[in-house]
Amino acid sequence: MKLAIAGLRDRLAYQGVSLGVIALVASAALAFAVSGTRERIAAAEARDLQASLSQVLPERFADNDLLADTLEIGNGDGSSRRVYLARRQGEVAAAIFQTSARGYSGDVLVLVGIDRAGVLLGARVLKHAETPGLGDKIDLAKSPWILSFNGLSLATLPAEKWAVKKDGGVFDQMAGATITPRAVVKAVKEALDFFAAHHTEILHGGKTP
Amino acid sequence: MKRLVQTLKDGLWLQNVVFAQMLALCPTMAVTTSGTNGLGMGLATTAVLVTSNVLVASIRSLVSPQVRIPIFVVLIATLVTLVDFALNAWLHDLYKVLGLFIALIVVNCAILGRAEAFASKNSVVASAVDGLAMGLGLTGALTLIGLIRELLGSGTLFAQASLLLGPAFRAIELTVIPGYGGFLLMILPPGGFLVLGLLLAGKRALELRARKANAAVAPASALA
Repeated sequence: MKLAIAGLRDRLAYQGVSLGVIALVASAALAFAVSGTRERIAAAEARDLQASLSQVLPERFADNDLLADTLEIGNGDGSSRRVYLARRQGEVAAAIFQTSARGYSGDVLVLVGIDRAGVLLGARVLKHAETPGLGDKIDLAKSPWILSFNGLSLATLPAEKWAVKKDGGVFDQMAGATITPRAVVKAVKEALDFFAAHHTEILHGGKTP
Repeated sequence: MKRLVQTLKDGLWLQNVVFAQMLALCPTMAVTTSGTNGLGMGLATTAVLVTSNVLVASIRSLVSPQVRIPIFVVLIATLVTLVDFALNAWLHDLYKVLGLFIALIVVNCAILGRAEAFASKNSVVASAVDGLAMGLGLTGALTLIGLIRELLGSGTLFAQASLLLGPAFRAIELTVIPGYGGFLLMILPPGGFLVLGLLLAGKRALELRARKANAAVAPASALA
């Protein structure tokens, strides 16, 4: 057996076939793994999403399944964003959706919860690649900075005040990092504008009255 | 048996992946911002290293030398992807911490290096021991660098270790310097280079001193 293989190993055909067999076995193993873990991964991701959605709402705010009650609203540029509706006794009480702005390194992804009146219930940074120790204070795990948005709305804070203090606004910038908080402020402001523009559509759960 | 012990010694110290072979520097710089990250990355790499060594050693007589590299690469990439799926499905919280770095294991040249330099020439058992020794050596190195950078950079030790090892390990999460403002340089990549450089110098100094001590005791054998 060993001798036979030793002779075969130098044949071009054997090399090609052996590489092919390995690739086939590898793809089979991967296909098996994908189908075996897909459900668990999807469940874990749904749990994550649920957890982050409830972070931007006050406790026991909604009585519906947020993950199942969604609305796709176009951004006007061909893309659309998913809006999660928080209902109380069937009526839309708040909307949760993602917004983003360009930070110091890559996009900063922010999740916001906005109630019927357009008041911000909460905001959380979902994903960012900002400098550790400087820009990452936008993360609630590192600093409570992001909580300063709670309770604000376009009605209580005029548009020109939606900026960091350095730019004449009301939000603290961080020592050594101005671009990052600037991006978060911009993202949250954009979310409130988006909510205002699609106000009726969201409050009627997508159905025209 | 003696050879296995030698293999262990090589992996843990003499031929340590980071400190002697200077391989795996990409994950070393990227993940060692804390002891926990270093430990997690080291253990995940060890799992891949042992499995890839065993696989490569068991098919070594079937593989033609001409196509061995692509075959090893396919095997290693598959293994890493499997580890990625498994972590994501069963240890999802850990995956959120380490997920970004798992893909880095593929580009860890230490794994292909061991497949090529050891597993393709040795028995399955010896290769498994080699993978384990090299992996643990890497884990030790990453944890050590991580701990030093974490202590100097953020004043803690093993922060978030309970996420990796389970709630029982909350006790080893230490805040060594309470209210420490942080020393950013240590967390950023230059800190990694600085700590690694100092550790390498330390290892060299130890070896030089050992050699000098040997030379003083037995000058004849030192020449050999």
